Amino acid sequence: MLRTLSRSDWLLLIVFAAVVLTLPWTMQPIGAAYPDLLQKFAIYGLFAIGFNILFGLTGYLSFGHAAFLGVGSYAAVWSFKLLTMNVLPALALSVAVAGVFAFLIGYVSLRRSGIYFSILTLAFAQMSYNLAYSVFTPITNGETGLQVRAIRASAETPLRDGDVRIIDQALGVQEVGIPISNLFGMKMSGYPGFYFCAVLLIIGFFIALSISRSNFGMMLKAIKSNQNRLKYTGVHTRPYLIAAFVISGMYAGLAGSLLSITDPIAGAERMQWTASGEVVLMTILGGAGTLIGPVLGAGLIKYAEQKVSSWNEGILHDAFSLLPGPVQDFFVEFATLFVGEGWHLTLGLMFMIIVIFLPGGLMEGFRRLRRALTSGRSSASRTMSSTSPVQERG
Amino acid sequence: MSVAEMATHGTDERGFRSGVPNKVLHVDDVHKSFAGLHALSDVDLDVRQGETHAIIGPNGAGKSTLLNVCVGRIKPDRGAVIFDGNTLTGKAPHEINQLGVARVFQTPEVFLDLSVLQNVMVPALSKRDGYFNLNPFTAFAGETAIRDEAEEVIANVGLKYHIHSPASSLSRGDKRRLELAMCLIQHPKLLLLDEPTAGMARHDTNATIDLLKEIKENGMTKIIIEHDMHVVFSLADRITVLAGGRIIAQGSPEEIKNNPKVKEAYLGEEQV
Repeated sequence: MLRTLSRSDWLLLIVFAAVVLTLPWTMQPIGAAYPDLLQKFAIYGLFAIGFNILFGLTGYLSFGHAAFLGVGSYAAVWSFKLLTMNVLPALALSVAVAGVFAFLIGYVSLRRSGIYFSILTLAFAQMSYNLAYSVFTPITNGETGLQVRAIRASAETPLRDGDVRIIDQALGVQEVGIPISNLFGMKMSGYPGFYFCAVLLIIGFFIALSISRSNFGMMLKAIKSNQNRLKYTGVHTRPYLIAAFVISGMYAGLAGSLLSITDPIAGAERMQWTASGEVVLMTILGGAGTLIGPVLGAGLIKYAEQKVSSWNEGILHDAFSLLPGPVQDFFVEFATLFVGEGWHLTLGLMFMIIVIFLPGGLMEGFRRLRRALTSGRSSASRTMSSTSPVQERG
Repeated sequence: MSVAEMATHGTDERGFRSGVPNKVLHVDDVHKSFAGLHALSDVDLDVRQGETHAIIGPNGAGKSTLLNVCVGRIKPDRGAVIFDGNTLTGKAPHEINQLGVARVFQTPEVFLDLSVLQNVMVPALSKRDGYFNLNPFTAFAGETAIRDEAEEVIANVGLKYHIHSPASSLSRGDKRRLELAMCLIQHPKLLLLDEPTAGMARHDTNATIDLLKEIKENGMTKIIIEHDMHVVFSLADRITVLAGGRIIAQGSPEEIKNNPKVKEAYLGEEQV
């Protein structure tokens, strides 16, 4: 497994790990260095990395990945309710359940490709969302959401009012107040929660990197490039696609699990189509098919969501305070459309600008910038070298 | 290893009996119609091992349909295609390829986003690992044996200087060469070529003829669909002529040249 990566891949992994682990310091200047937001960066980064394995490598665009995020969340809370508040069984259960669920949906949806595949995944996700509010309310607790409770006093108490936590009870774990998820006693809230998510993000990135560099990853890229040719090359593309779909679903399940670990409540809104659309935006915004891009996209969207949605008229008046009264009012009135609850308008504009001018996402922007700098430098050096002899002669 | 040696590598064990041309492909009474139009009617065809068999005919004669039936792209309404003792009818393209049938398409079908080297390594992996191999932790870059062989095949088809270029940057002629390399690295028992020189300039066509002749010398079985009579008569051991979905003539190039039915239906008096 370790031999899959080249030296430059290891370097990339080390830099990535260093950047992720130092976020609590590096994010301070832009006011993003608080645990809740950092946890979201890591969790949605993981979600986007997994989504990119399917969309970025195979080109199959799923509009239903939020279903796996939701399933992972519910599985984690059930693990807390039935087994233990330790996060490891919750993670394992979430990934396993999301994997099985992804296999079932993938097996059916991958009978089609293109827009038909996208619509099928969207339909499955919406079905899951609606079922969570209807037929499956005994499992999902409907609109109230599935929550962790104190261990019930007697076997007669229904599970929605009190939990079982067989393992914790067997080990004699004492609970004081609201139960909090933990890793062998270390509470998974605040910075420990972030670092736990960050470590999983780094592991997830490493696995995605390995997949991308492997024979399996090459077959996925070949599917994206020319599936027809691949079939006539002796490759049965469907099992590869199902495998990619399941792996991607497991990443989503893991991300869903982390959402419940950092905040032990699961609601069906995590399965809604908007959540599926969000991971598509993250991936495209950052750069589909690249390794870093989806994580960047996730970070950018979560940061914008947190910041822009919290801005209000007061903040805008402060921002435009240098302008004279009526002009200031006009600008504030106009800018109000894009902040607070209108932050989706900002997101939409941001998405349109990037897709139109940088179809390869932020990563393409960085590549262009690097090329411009490199060519600028090389043309400067060419100018120097071409002028130098003249100067010497002079 | 030359292209010719690569082409036949692995076929020796099948026991090519010199002087006894045994059938490698048998098309048995194949019939296919599209919305009432008979694309193929009562087609019977035998291809002997080691021969280069050309299928010619005017536009709409059913040549490409026949080839598509052979590779599993189109299912015939009636009849069967038997290759090397296996019925191909009803099998998926990947299964047919795994049995040893490779195909060069009329319009070059390559992996445009991948490099030339990667394009050739992918079929080699498929040949080695079968139609599915889930091992996400085997490094593609670490496949040195396959890479060495791919580099050799690429050099032999004349793409050595493009080895790390993306396939999308190649000319149409070079894409055809690449596609041929993708087939050759699989050491197929049967190679199907659908108009391998279509759209090529004369010097590229001649280079392709030379390349295919080199493969021919070592006894790989090939079926070529071609409009260019120069290519057909340069390469073919036997020719089948299709017209209106039916076989109207079969035989050696000399026999076909002198066949009055062929003259009438396809070649034209002056050309012959």
